[in-house]
Amino acid sequence: MTALAGWGRTAPSVAVVRAAGEDDQLAEAVAGAPVRGVIARGLGRSYGDPAQNGGGAVLDMTSRSRVLSVDVPSGRVLVEAGASLDHLMQHLLPLGLMVPVSPGTRQVTVGGAVAADIHGKNHHAAGSFCDHVESLDLLTADGVVRSVSRESDPQLFWATAGGMGLTGLVLRVLLRMSHVESAHYVVDTERARDLDDLMARLEADDHRYPHSVAWIDCLARGSALGRSVITRGRSARVAELPRSLQRAPLVFRPSTRLTVPDVCPPRLLNGLTVRAFNELWFRKAPRRVRRDVQGLGQFFHPLDAVEDWNRIYGPRGFLQYQFVVPFGEEQALRDVVRRLSDAGTASFLAVLKRFGTGNPGPLSFPAPGWTLALDIPVGGGLGELLDDLDRSVLDAGGRLYLAKDSRATARTVHAMYPRVAEFRAVRDRVDPHRHFRSDLARRLDL
Amino acid sequence: MIDAVGNVQRVLLLGGTSEIGLAVLRELAGGRPVHAVLAGRPGPRLDAAGSGLRAAGHDVTVLPFDAEDPASHPQVLERAFADGDVDVAVVAFGVLGDQERAWQDHEAAVRLTQVNFTASVSVGVELARHLSAQGRGGIIALSSVAGQRPRRSNFVYGATKAGMDDFYTGLREALRPAGVSVLVARPGFVRTRMTEGLPAAPLAVDQDAVARVVVRAWRAHRDVVYAPAVLRLVMVVLRSLPSPLFRRLPV
Repeated sequence: MTALAGWGRTAPSVAVVRAAGEDDQLAEAVAGAPVRGVIARGLGRSYGDPAQNGGGAVLDMTSRSRVLSVDVPSGRVLVEAGASLDHLMQHLLPLGLMVPVSPGTRQVTVGGAVAADIHGKNHHAAGSFCDHVESLDLLTADGVVRSVSRESDPQLFWATAGGMGLTGLVLRVLLRMSHVESAHYVVDTERARDLDDLMARLEADDHRYPHSVAWIDCLARGSALGRSVITRGRSARVAELPRSLQRAPLVFRPSTRLTVPDVCPPRLLNGLTVRAFNELWFRKAPRRVRRDVQGLGQFFHPLDAVEDWNRIYGPRGFLQYQFVVPFGEEQALRDVVRRLSDAGTASFLAVLKRFGTGNPGPLSFPAPGWTLALDIPVGGGLGELLDDLDRSVLDAGGRLYLAKDSRATARTVHAMYPRVAEFRAVRDRVDPHRHFRSDLARRLDL
Repeated sequence: MIDAVGNVQRVLLLGGTSEIGLAVLRELAGGRPVHAVLAGRPGPRLDAAGSGLRAAGHDVTVLPFDAEDPASHPQVLERAFADGDVDVAVVAFGVLGDQERAWQDHEAAVRLTQVNFTASVSVGVELARHLSAQGRGGIIALSSVAGQRPRRSNFVYGATKAGMDDFYTGLREALRPAGVSVLVARPGFVRTRMTEGLPAAPLAVDQDAVARVVVRAWRAHRDVVYAPAVLRLVMVVLRSLPSPLFRRLPV
C-alpha cells in the first residue's frame, strides 16, 4: 500500500503499486484488476489526481523505457510508453532527432504525453503530442493488445489522445520525431510592458517562430499589469552556432544542479519573496535581444535544473491553474489576470501562449486561443477564487487542462468539454466494466 | 473526492438531525453543492434537515438509522457507500439525557451508553472498512470536552464521550496507513436543542462557530481540535487540578 499524490502534492490516496512487467503480465494485471480498477503512472508530473487510484491498483510504467527501433531518415521511432522525454532526447539527439513536442519539463513519459496530449511552446506551429503519433499499442480491458492508429480505429485513437489513461494502457508508441541540426536554439527575447502590449506582440510575430512563449509577472499591478518577457526561437543550424559548439552540435548533457530538501518551511513562498524574485527576473531580462544561442535545456526546461522543486511550496502543496479561452475573448483573459493579481496569490510567473488549431481528441485540451498557466500555493480562499475564474473561463467558451486540474467539479468540466459523451461512448465500448479508473475519473465523473 | 483545495463532493452525516453535524456539513460544503447522505432517526426533524439542504442546492439522500440497533448498522453503512465514495463521514449522533437519572436509573444509563459509546464504535468499525477500501477519505468524530475530565454534574455522559474519544483517537492511528484521516473534535458547551434549558457553561458557543473551527482543523489535516480553541488550554489546567480543588469549581 502506497500513498500517491500528483506533482502538486495535494489530496493523496493509497493504492497498491505494481511495477509494470512484460505485456502478458500487464494483461493479467488489467484482467484481474481490483474492484476499484487500475491506472498507469509515469513520472507523476500531472499536478492533480490522474495517476492515482485510491483503493485500487496503480501500474508504475517507468521500468518500460526502451527505444525499440529508430528510422533516422523518416524520424519514426518506436518507444515504450515508460520512456521519458529526457531519455529520448539523450539517446536520439545524437542522431539529429528531437522530440516533436516538449512541455516545460523533460521528466514526463511518452505514455503520459499521449494520455494528456501534451503541448509545448510550438503548439501554434506543430500542434500537440498526439499529432505526431502514428500509432500506439494499447492494452485494453479485455486483455488484448491493439495497434491503434487514426486509420485503424479513429474513435479509439482520438479518445486515447488526452483520455487520461482511461481507454487502456499505452504500451508502445510509434512517434514521428523532428529533424534538428543541433541541440541548441536561436532565441529572440523582448519585454512587454503590459498585457495588451504582450498580446499585440504575440499576435504580430508568432508566425515567424516555431517556438513562442511569454512569462507574465502576475504580481505586477495597475499599469504594469501583465508586464512580461517574451522568448521565441527556432532550432539552431550548425552554421549559426559559435565555433566552440560547432564541433559537436548535437551534444546534450543536461545536469541537475540543485535539489530542494524534503523539509521546506511552509511559508518560504510569500508575497515578499515572490515579488522580489519576479522583480529580479523581469529586470534581468534584456529589453530586446536577437539571435541569442541557448541550449535545449535552458530554452525548454529551465526548472529541470532544480530537482524536486515542487517541495518549495511546503507541506500544503500547490496547484497549477491552466485554461484556454478562444481568440476574441481577450477581455476574459484580462479579467482573469487582473483577479489573480488582485488576489495577490503568491505566484511565480504565469505562462501565456497562443494555441494553434486543436485536434479531434474529445478530451484533448488545446484549442485556438490564449492559454494561461500559473502555479499557486494552496491557501485559504483559493477554492472560491478558482471556482469564480472557472465560471469566467466557461462563459468565454474556454476550458481547463485536465493534466493540471486538481479541483474543478464534474459539472464544470463536462460543460467545458461538450464532447465528453463521445469520449465515454468509446470508453464504454473498450472498457464497459471500467477496469481503468483513477481519482481524477471519479472526481470528474469521466 | 476531496480535492487539492479541500472541497468535498459527498458527505455522510451519522446523526442526520444533529445541529452541530449539519453545521459541519454546511461548512464542509462551503459555497459548492455537495451530495449529503443524512443517516438519522426517521421523522419530521430528519425530513426538515433534508429539505433545508435541498433548498440550499445540495443533493440529499436520507437513510433511516437507529443508533440503538447496532445490528442494523453494517447495512446502513453499506447503503451509504453504495452510490459512490464518501469523502467525509461525520459521526454526530449522541444524547445527553437527564444526568441524575443516568447514574441511578439502570435503563437510562444503558441507553445513554449504547447510543453514545456502543453505536459510535459500531459505526466506526464499518466506516473504517469502507473508507480503507477507498484508500482515501476521513472521519470527523464529534466528541466533547466532557470526556476529558469527569464532572459530578454529567459524568455518565462524560464517560461515554471519553470512550468514543479514545476509540476514534486509536482508529486514527490504525487508519493512517490506509490513507484515511480521523479528526477528533471536542466542543465545549454548545447552545443547541440538546442543551436547551441548561445553564450555559463558560465559553459557550453556537453550532456554526463550532463548525468553522472544526472544518478549518479538518482542512489543515489536524488530529484533534477543541471548539472554541481556547478550551485546549483550559482542559490542560482542569485535567491537572487535584480533585478537592476541581470539586469546588463552578463548572
